[in-house]
Amino acid sequence: MSDSKMMPLWEVFIRPRNGLNHKHVGSLHAADGELALQAARDVYTRREEGNSIWVVRAEDILASDPDKSAENFDPAADKIYRHPSFYDIPDEVGHM
Amino acid sequence: MAESQQHLQAAVLQIADDHLILGHRLSEWCGHAPMLEEDLSMPNMALDLIGQARHLYAYAAVLEGKGRSEDDLAYLRTDREYTNCLMVERGNTDFAHTMLKQLYFAAFMKPFWSFVENSSDSTLSSIAGKAVKEISYHIRHCGEWVIRLGDGTDESAQRMQQAVDALHPYTEELFWCDDHRQACIDDGVLPAEHVVRPQWQTTINAVFDQARLSTPEVTFPLLGGREGKHTEEFGFLLAELQYMQRAYPGAQW
Repeated sequence: MSDSKMMPLWEVFIRPRNGLNHKHVGSLHAADGELALQAARDVYTRREEGNSIWVVRAEDILASDPDKSAENFDPAADKIYRHPSFYDIPDEVGHM
Repeated sequence: MAESQQHLQAAVLQIADDHLILGHRLSEWCGHAPMLEEDLSMPNMALDLIGQARHLYAYAAVLEGKGRSEDDLAYLRTDREYTNCLMVERGNTDFAHTMLKQLYFAAFMKPFWSFVENSSDSTLSSIAGKAVKEISYHIRHCGEWVIRLGDGTDESAQRMQQAVDALHPYTEELFWCDDHRQACIDDGVLPAEHVVRPQWQTTINAVFDQARLSTPEVTFPLLGGREGKHTEEFGFLLAELQYMQRAYPGAQW
């Protein structure tokens, strides 16, 4: 049953609480979306890990090329002015 | 103990036995499921059922008032003292049989618990509140599998239909009503057949339509468990279920 055509791989995302983001927790095999959601519920939420589940076919995820990580990410390293840390925050605003 | 309490105790014990035996059967899949995901989901459901059985046994023990515990009722009775219906003790055979057996049972228990949730017995209604959520998921999970196997490959369709032909004659016993059950129905504690059967039928029909399964005509319903008359394989099940308490009486961990 683990044949990859009959039982493709799905990536599972769980939201731990309202207001937080869905977070990748792992993967599983299932025949279709409905069964993938059920399997995700059974495999990844047995200990009250969350209140919402997303599943997505692993093959539908496009990933950046690790070989291009230098040209993708290194140019941001010396642009500290993009961080919002150069403003004086009025006392009335409090903690941001 | 008052007569009505005696009836309630016997009726609760029937339901407790159904849950323990079905849960035990399902737990036999642990480590043997066709895929890892189901290896978690079947024991999950088994634990739901055994958890419900514990609450029911604890209540039956209180109603009985003879100082027996839930463990005494679960592990230290003889085969003829168990009053579960025959379907729940049937061997697992294959995945199709197992999913169908769970579906038949869950489709029955959902309207059953829904009624009990609003019944006059506060202990039972609190058990029902938790159970109805668990059993709703069993219907969904097992129903989806029955649909996929019934409307799947030639072989899966054939084996799913074989499971229906084999198990359908056992479904009649779910609706068994003896003096105990009838007294509880009259007291408004448990639902009458006319409350449960239409919903059971609707659930099964909806799944079978999608699964392209046909329901065989039952000319000879298979009954007996509610009167303590069990199948041969029940003895083997009890031997394994009771081994620990029989070999090490009072063992705890």
